[in-house]
Amino acid sequence: MLIKKIIILSVLLILPTKVFALIEVDITRGNLNPLPLAVSPLSIDDKSKKSFEEILKKENIGSEISIIVENNLKISGLFNPLNKDAFLQAPDIANLKPRFEDWNLIKAQALITGKVTYVDEKLRVEFRLWDVLAAKEMMALAFTTVPSNWRRVGHIISDKVYERLTGEKGYFDTRIIYVAEEGPKTQRIKKLAIMDQDGFNNKFLTLGNELVLTPRFNPASQMVTYLSYFKNLPRVYLLDIETGTQEVVGDFPGMTFAPRFSPDGKKIIMSFAKDGKSDIYTMDLENRIVEKITNHPSIDTSPSYSPDGKYITFNSDRSGYQQIYVMKNDGSNVKRISFGKGLYGTPVWSPRGDLIAFTKLHKGKFYIGVMRTDGTGERLLTENYYQEAPSWSPNGRVLIFYRETKTDNKGEGFSAKLWSIDLTGYNERLVETPTDASDPSWSSLLSN
Amino acid sequence: MNRSIIISSLLHGALIFITAMSLPFLAKKPLNIPPIVSVELIQIAEKTNIPFAPKAKKIIEKVKEKEKKLVSEQAPPKKVKKTKTKTVVSLDQNNEKIENQVPKAIPLPEKTIKKIETKKETKQNPEKVDNEVKQVSEFEKKDLFDPNSIAALIDKSKVDSAKVIKKNNDITQNQDKNIVTSGLTLSEEDALKAQIFGCWSIPLGLPYNENLLVRIKLKLEPDGSVVKTEILDHARMNKPGQGFYKVLAESALRAVKLCQPLRVPTSGYERWKELQLNFDAREMLEG
Repeated sequence: MLIKKIIILSVLLILPTKVFALIEVDITRGNLNPLPLAVSPLSIDDKSKKSFEEILKKENIGSEISIIVENNLKISGLFNPLNKDAFLQAPDIANLKPRFEDWNLIKAQALITGKVTYVDEKLRVEFRLWDVLAAKEMMALAFTTVPSNWRRVGHIISDKVYERLTGEKGYFDTRIIYVAEEGPKTQRIKKLAIMDQDGFNNKFLTLGNELVLTPRFNPASQMVTYLSYFKNLPRVYLLDIETGTQEVVGDFPGMTFAPRFSPDGKKIIMSFAKDGKSDIYTMDLENRIVEKITNHPSIDTSPSYSPDGKYITFNSDRSGYQQIYVMKNDGSNVKRISFGKGLYGTPVWSPRGDLIAFTKLHKGKFYIGVMRTDGTGERLLTENYYQEAPSWSPNGRVLIFYRETKTDNKGEGFSAKLWSIDLTGYNERLVETPTDASDPSWSSLLSN
Repeated sequence: MNRSIIISSLLHGALIFITAMSLPFLAKKPLNIPPIVSVELIQIAEKTNIPFAPKAKKIIEKVKEKEKKLVSEQAPPKKVKKTKTKTVVSLDQNNEKIENQVPKAIPLPEKTIKKIETKKETKQNPEKVDNEVKQVSEFEKKDLFDPNSIAALIDKSKVDSAKVIKKNNDITQNQDKNIVTSGLTLSEEDALKAQIFGCWSIPLGLPYNENLLVRIKLKLEPDGSVVKTEILDHARMNKPGQGFYKVLAESALRAVKLCQPLRVPTSGYERWKELQLNFDAREMLEG
């Protein structure tokens, strides 16, 4: 950057007459308003329409898919999908060639068109993304899949559009695993549940006979690790979501906390108490060898790997209060990074690698915040009575966490819900779940 | 005789004396020099950056809409001959291989679309020059100084001393004079900036630690409409690992198009018929 500046300056000096004559204006600011875009309903011919109506019991699958895309883009906070009533061009014409003046008129800067067809018992979706102002096509793709997968097609289109317009990968074709909670606070039934990122396709994975805690996705595949109590002993499980097979990784003594995968999915990292102190351990999933990473008389918990696997962040009370630390993956070079007032916990390294999300307790309030990996630039995104356990979206832009409400004098009013917030701190949303929910974990993109 | 000469010369002398005394340049009074006020030259836009008032925005939008309506009424886009979008990709081959769970992405044929685009451009914008063709020499030729434009430099609405100095805040007065001949005045630049600030939607997914500067050269009409845009670091767009740059450059181009016609000064067209806009997203994204 500096060198470039110097070069530019020297060029300016050598060719003064030419450069002075061209007026330069620096644009250092823009708006962060959501980009207005139009999602035209996908066009569909009558024959395909009937076929899908029989198979999926949906009246018009084309507009259903476009609604998924629209909702995804809207909840991201970065786009403002325009009201379909304002559209001047019908979907079937728009699919062939948009009349850009018409879309320009309603202030759309981008336009998504497409069509759905029923080919060989498969669902085929073509879609195109148009730059309305430049009047040109930005992207065109087609997908073919089994009809029951139609929601995923909507999510994949959203991801492609998001990536093309923002420059970073999307996070819509993903799932969230969480602990579904039911019953009174003293006798909670806790089940493992999974759903699409937008709350659809909710499924329970365990029956609720045993307490389950802290499910975490493997960043490399569709595997989950979680903690369950078996005969009052914490036990770490592995669960393959696609096949439903479960596997016990091992029983661990005392209080075991928050098993989490390494970025390559080959190890899990966790903390457990042994000899009266809590330390961080890793376990190789192939040979089941357990390795001790920290060795300190204090309580070290909540370890999380950096995306390159070279560093680990965790929280420890070795300074007297619970704070966040970063160390190398072999346990050397331990460095404290949080220095603010209050207690810091549950650090989670962003998949982008640039930030660490955490929970902070200060003066009886809970905050979810982020800081850079060297501890600078601390930003608190949201404040509440009780909230915890942030988990990153795969692109590192959104955090999902859970929030509990206060129990009143009669012991009622308690609830636990999932919430999401993006890095700006303005786009906070309730993630709908059929039951109460806690401990969410966000999967990586299902398709790449 | 002598006496009258003496009286005359005395009177003349007195007259000259009085005249001389009353002439200002002879009475060399020490000038009252006020203490030097040091003035820091800053970009006013940094302090007064209000992306123009919402009321004004609405009005502008209304006007724009009217104009657009007019345009579309006058020249309804001709229907392009129906080009059958043939799906060239033979799905049959791929279909069988596709597994149930993973929808596969197949790029659509682009041929038909391109045809439509080129047709459209020739109809609606006959003057539009192909963006890809770089005409650097044409730009350079016209970079010569035009003495006629000096008059246009005086911005009546502002104090004449408030000159905008590009890029270099601590410039001496001598340099100042040279630059003014080619720059925009403070209010002119401010108006343009504020307008573009409002049009530029910064893509939020850009990496923080990269060079996020896009330089765009514009060729303008006297009414502020853009004839030609050129991305100066065009080559960077297609470099590996610089995919975000394309997104950024496109957003800048969209901003320019959206803002058309640009709020340019009413006079001195020669001065600003070519403009360079430096879009830098860094400040915003670093927050």
